[in-house]
Amino acid sequence: MCLAVPGKIISLKNGDAEVDFNGVKRAVSLDLVPDARKNDYVLVHAGFAIQVLEPKEAEETLKLFEEIYGKDHGDALSGPLSHIKP
Amino acid sequence: MKNSPAAQRFSSPLWRDRALAASALSEIERLSAVAAQKTGGQVNFMEVCGTHTMAIAASGMRRLLPKGLRMLSGPGCPVCVTSQGDIDRVLALAAVPGAIITTFGDMMKVKGSRGLDLNSMRERGADIRVVYSPLDAVAIAAAGPGRQVVFIGVGFETTAPVIAGAVARAKKAGLKNFSSTAFFKLVPPALELLLSDPENRIHGFMLPGHVSAIIGTEPYRFVAEKYRVPCVITGFEPLDILTGINMLLKQVVSGKPSVEDEYFRAVRKGGNPAAVNIMAEVFSVCAASWRAIGTVKATGLEFSKAYASFDAVKRFRIPYCDAPEPKGCLCGKILLGKALPPDCPLFGKACSPSSAVGPCMVSSEGACAAWFKYGN
Repeated sequence: MCLAVPGKIISLKNGDAEVDFNGVKRAVSLDLVPDARKNDYVLVHAGFAIQVLEPKEAEETLKLFEEIYGKDHGDALSGPLSHIKP
Repeated sequence: MKNSPAAQRFSSPLWRDRALAASALSEIERLSAVAAQKTGGQVNFMEVCGTHTMAIAASGMRRLLPKGLRMLSGPGCPVCVTSQGDIDRVLALAAVPGAIITTFGDMMKVKGSRGLDLNSMRERGADIRVVYSPLDAVAIAAAGPGRQVVFIGVGFETTAPVIAGAVARAKKAGLKNFSSTAFFKLVPPALELLLSDPENRIHGFMLPGHVSAIIGTEPYRFVAEKYRVPCVITGFEPLDILTGINMLLKQVVSGKPSVEDEYFRAVRKGGNPAAVNIMAEVFSVCAASWRAIGTVKATGLEFSKAYASFDAVKRFRIPYCDAPEPKGCLCGKILLGKALPPDCPLFGKACSPSSAVGPCMVSSEGACAAWFKYGN
């Protein structure tokens, strides 16, 4: 039930946004992310955007996976996993 | 969005890459052997969130994990933790003459103590509609002011702000015919419940990504500091989950529990303050009744004084009656990580998704439904 899906804000109208989910478009409330702007990526749960996503952080995560688990990965105990911190 | 490189980062096949997953699994194998020495043989981690339970089951990774490492499903499926007494209240609301009941689909098949569910109430003529968003329910109320519209609000900190947002909109629009239940539960106090149990044998928590997108990382600090149990907030892609397990193992091995954030592309330290604020405006912390656990103070949310008129239970004067849980059903133990679905004598026999006895089989993200569907 806590499912949330990323999508891109393609237009804004009175606090609501039209969000593109890989080709499927839906109206989404921005009441919980008042700073979200057009072209931002948002995480959407039950019709509301609940967080703005940074594509560069997704890219960073994927890069970390490749570094840790890729062919020439080192020791994960001392490796890049330790960079993932709150 | 399909052609945009930024979008591809969120839907990249790399999140499910086989070679990387195989390498992640061998790392788990290696680390869990070391961690097992620290824990005395068996390593038990709990995925608290039902969405993780489903993602783990659907990926098939459970059977690839080393034998000494067990992933237990926690009390994070909203339908599963809703007490039988609250389920009976949902069914009582569905019996209010002329009311339109709106709900997420997961609630439709949960049986009350008299064997009825929302599906069977609908067959008997009740107007029950499955909606995607509580805003759809507000729109139904706005379009037909002559009828009462009730939204069945259950869930955790991911869903509570969304329903708070819908209620705030209904208030702003001056809607007199919209109300909701507030059968909400809070994740950090649920963890404290598990941890304060003397029989607790959980060595690490895979924390819910989307609850944490709202509340941030700080509310979990007590788990690591007071109870010395490792925590990793984790995303929902297969590689997120395998990495979350590796990070938990690493904490067990190092003996230095902390709250780490693997899902930092969505979870910030401070969470989402706007969502937390609206949740605190519309709801206030209260005692909540949990399936198999009972009523525990300060573990749930109810309507605040300012929004009390939107409380469906008060508007239609629906009393709370304690009701027994289904006989022989082990949902309670499963929710607490004390049993796995196949331990239940009803599992796969008297209880299956087509004729479910307990809510862990009813809910699509319940631990029993996940085990049944994906054959873990």
